[in-house]
Amino acid sequence: MTAIRLSTAIPAALFVLLAAVFGFYLHQIGTGEKDAAEVPSALIGKPAPEFDLPPIEGMEGGLRTADLRGAVAMVNVFASWCPPCQQEHPFLMRLARSGVPVYGINIKDRPKNARAFLRRLGNPYRRIGADMSGRVSIDWGVYGYPETFVLDREGRIRYRHVGPILAHDLETRILPLLKELGG
Amino acid sequence: MIAEIGHFALILAFLLALIQGTVPMIGAARDDPAMMAVAKPAALLQLGLTAAAFLALVHAFTVSDFSVALVASHSHTLKPLIYKITGVWANHEGSMVLWVLILALFGAMIAAFGANLPAALRARVLAVHGLVAAGFFAFILFTSNPFLRLFPAPVEGEGLNPLLQDPGLAFHPPFLYLGYVGFSISFSFAVAALIEGRVDPAWARWVRPWTLLAWCALTIGIALGSWWAYYELGWGGWWFWDPVENASFMPWLAGTALLHSAIVVEKRDALKGWTVLLAILTFGLSLLGTFLVRSGVLTSVHAFATDPDRGVFILGLLILVTGGALVLYAIRAPGLKGGGLFAPVSREGALVLNNLLLTTAASVVLLGTLYPLILDALGGGKVSVGPPFFEATFVPIVVPLLIACVIGSTLAWKRGDLSGVFGRLGIAVFAAAAVTAAAAWRAGIEDFLAAFGLGLAAWLFFGALAEFAAKIGVGRVPPGSVLRRAGNLPRSAWGMTVAHAGLGIVVAGVTASSAWQTERIQSMNPGDAVDVAGYTVTFRGVSETRGPNYRAVTGRFDLERGGRLLAVLRPEKRDYPAERSQTTEAAIHTTWLADIYAVLGERAANGAWAARLYHNPLVPWIWLGAVVMAAGGAVSLTDRRLRVGAPRRARRGRAVEAGAPP
Repeated sequence: MTAIRLSTAIPAALFVLLAAVFGFYLHQIGTGEKDAAEVPSALIGKPAPEFDLPPIEGMEGGLRTADLRGAVAMVNVFASWCPPCQQEHPFLMRLARSGVPVYGINIKDRPKNARAFLRRLGNPYRRIGADMSGRVSIDWGVYGYPETFVLDREGRIRYRHVGPILAHDLETRILPLLKELGG
Repeated sequence: MIAEIGHFALILAFLLALIQGTVPMIGAARDDPAMMAVAKPAALLQLGLTAAAFLALVHAFTVSDFSVALVASHSHTLKPLIYKITGVWANHEGSMVLWVLILALFGAMIAAFGANLPAALRARVLAVHGLVAAGFFAFILFTSNPFLRLFPAPVEGEGLNPLLQDPGLAFHPPFLYLGYVGFSISFSFAVAALIEGRVDPAWARWVRPWTLLAWCALTIGIALGSWWAYYELGWGGWWFWDPVENASFMPWLAGTALLHSAIVVEKRDALKGWTVLLAILTFGLSLLGTFLVRSGVLTSVHAFATDPDRGVFILGLLILVTGGALVLYAIRAPGLKGGGLFAPVSREGALVLNNLLLTTAASVVLLGTLYPLILDALGGGKVSVGPPFFEATFVPIVVPLLIACVIGSTLAWKRGDLSGVFGRLGIAVFAAAAVTAAAAWRAGIEDFLAAFGLGLAAWLFFGALAEFAAKIGVGRVPPGSVLRRAGNLPRSAWGMTVAHAGLGIVVAGVTASSAWQTERIQSMNPGDAVDVAGYTVTFRGVSETRGPNYRAVTGRFDLERGGRLLAVLRPEKRDYPAERSQTTEAAIHTTWLADIYAVLGERAANGAWAARLYHNPLVPWIWLGAVVMAAGGAVSLTDRRLRVGAPRRARRGRAVEAGAPP
């Protein structure tokens, strides 16, 4: 056997480094420390956009920016036609029961379907705005459904979650953040 | 019951792959013919078992057996039969079964057609192949079982993402996997050669057809994917430097380098260590792509539903396969004897330059793809690397590559003569200059870079033809002998000319469609007309239509030029109720010199429709050129010397190339 030459060992050495980074990153994702799906929002630390939405037809309420000030709150963008929204719904119910103010933006939904959705699965929302045209969701920078924002007392956006909130996200991110903000 | 048979077949195939991976390897080390002979029946039987598992899954999808969880979550009774079948591989688990099926197919092909390989080499190649296969079978069985049952079975399935219900995408994955998996053969040959400690021209000739086959399939696969993105996503673009696109492009670049360096091993008995390394890296990049797409470490429109456990498993596989091979390379490569030095101005010198540039291009794409991941892992925050990075780094590497491509293929082996080359390529130099000047004249001098790109395309296309013409003696010998010479030319020479000309066509399409796209986005009421690059597009209104499993709103746009109606464009917005999602179907009218591309957007509150209209010059040439390139590869594949099993390793002391045409 010939002795290992430095030059022929370079590819293996580079590969070891790369594999170590991959392993480290997978570990971080596994523990919830990092999330590849997390897209930083340009709105983090900024006040929630100005909007004033009517209620879902046949329901009370409606939602506007002023409703979100004064307490730590969550804003959840949902629709009855979005399967992952149903998936995360029990967790929103749990949050609402524990006293977290959850507000809803119902996007491009038929009022009848939205009402049936909430009757069937329960209504975790204090107030819901109906965004029929999707215009307000654009102001929030929403690009997938569902999407959830956590706001502090001053009504500034502190966190954005793309996709359904699952048990893992609730434990590792949302609950600690709510605690930190003093909700 | 049939699903259980499929599952059982996969388990048997896994065990068989373990046997195929060990017994022949030990046999080759001990020079025991009986143990080496295990490889062939094992590889053939493995194909039978994997095919049985695949057919069981196809059966579950075609009869809509929703008691199989995978079918319930990815199919629907109303889906057309073709998409029930293609739905088999439009999900993570099913696509892995297709992956191992192709892997087993290649293994069986080596076993069946490799009769002329030396027994020990064949045993080792099949053993390495068996070990790779065992890793993938284990991955499926332990983390991604496609045959899991669901109880109680739902009455209806959840449907397939409508974006995937499309002919272009239906056949994109099989071609892509033929490419990725095909490179596993070059990998197995490389590892077997490292174990044997011997790489020679005969080895290169055995590896080349498999590399070519994989390369052709990958070329078609990438082209299909890009074509699909073009007409289905409705963005008017055809390449987005998305991480998953890059994941398929990196093995293509490395595989292209491998194709060329294997020629040097074959002809000049040099670049051995490098070629072996490229074979390992090409398959390693295919595996890396699999890891990136399926582990959840990056997000992309293409990524599969992910699961960190799968990520850990694939990373393990990546470390064992690629890492193991690279360590073996570090130990054994110094022992590979090179075939001496050669002059920089020669065919082989040009092929070294080709390899340097192609691997640099692949590294740049790798860096851009992994940089956000590495930065986030090390706590550097979130960044995204987009088209500006790739365009700024990739293009400057590719331009010299394209210039050198024509010159290199005209140079003679061993000692080239540059002045003679330019004599033969005079016509190409003239064509390139004329095209550049004409394009700059028409588009304006500020678009000089794009004009230069078109000139480069002409250089490639006419350079390939001029080189071929010089080779068969056009203008030097009587027409009769020109034809005879052309007929006698090896198919690999024909293949090279066709593939390089195809590359020229691709470059023209890429340049023109990137530089001179016209885009009109506006809201239109019926009767409104808009001018798009000299065409008049008039909106005539919308109508409602109904497909097998969707409802659609179809717009009608009249396309006119100079008052003459050329075509009626009917873009659709489809609504798939079962999947609760929408797709846009662009309407495309092509003149082969340009596409007029129309997309129907949303309806505004005032009743007007948003419309997006594009004029994409030369865009069809991108896919046309890719098909020509793959056809060149296929022509080369029919070369007598490359016919699988045809080459024989010469007895020691006899010139290896004795039987080969010059």
